[in-house]
Amino acid sequence: MSRQANRGTESKKMSSELFTLTYGALVTQLCKDYENDEDVNKQLDKMGYNIGVRLIEDFLARSNVGKCHDFRETADVIAKVAFKMYLGITPSITNWSPAGDEFSLIMENNPLVDFVELPDSHSSLIYSNLLCGVLRGALEMVQMAVEAKFVQDALKGDGVTEIRMRFIRRIEDNLPVGEE
Amino acid sequence: MADEALFLLLHNEMVSGVYKSAEQGEVENGRCITKLENMGFRVGQGLIERKNTVLLLVDLFRFTKDTARFKDELDIMKFICKDFWTTVFKKQIDNLRTNHQGIYVLQDNKFRLLTQMSAGKQYLEHASKVNFR
Repeated sequence: MSRQANRGTESKKMSSELFTLTYGALVTQLCKDYENDEDVNKQLDKMGYNIGVRLIEDFLARSNVGKCHDFRETADVIAKVAFKMYLGITPSITNWSPAGDEFSLIMENNPLVDFVELPDSHSSLIYSNLLCGVLRGALEMVQMAVEAKFVQDALKGDGVTEIRMRFIRRIEDNLPVGEE
Repeated sequence: MADEALFLLLHNEMVSGVYKSAEQGEVENGRCITKLENMGFRVGQGLIERKNTVLLLVDLFRFTKDTARFKDELDIMKFICKDFWTTVFKKQIDNLRTNHQGIYVLQDNKFRLLTQMSAGKQYLEHASKVNFR
């Protein structure tokens, strides 16, 4: 019995390492392809966006979460359901703006950066920028235009990793999504 | 614990990203496959390093003692077909053939990275290269 359980946790652990390693290989390759960190950041955001627009369908199919009525509910669902489902972590939500249109997601540990060190030559690289793209793409598919950006990054020496989410507007027109 | 859906989507993005950047430059097909292979190579190396470390700590598995010493090529291939494939793709290889002269053919009837794709020939050639070389 215990052997079965161990094998189960080991294969789950392996698949998180597989994801982390694959992401690392991707970032490394992008750093080789593009001269400067800004371009890499943009590219990661673009790729994240493409992933996000597809991920939201998978999420809605598997989570049975109903329509969110306001940005606060959205924030809760993102942190407690989505992050838990896809990355196995539950970030905390803090720093709501007075107007209720901005909040921060605080991650104590970021699974994307296991075993990763940022060299000095890439100090302006936002390693986990894919996450911002994913959030932006996924929320756009549910009619919300948002901006997501990193304000603290454990890789750069900060204590935690913090993403600032800002609600821009509700998207009323159903424009077809073009491939970026 | 990263979810499988996330990994599959990331993988798809990587493949299409490499090919899009190739369209802008003047890189032929072969270079893209090499890029993907190199990424896969790096990932494979990392996985095996991690796996060995994990196995040394967990004593329950029968092959723990033998991991450091693969007796011959066939042992390596068996390891790949059973244990490695199971941890990466959650199933074993369906068919292993060899000509006993250094060539091995691994056959997976339900390759996890491709099950969600329609039968476009372009992807069939390229996606299979990532992450298992």
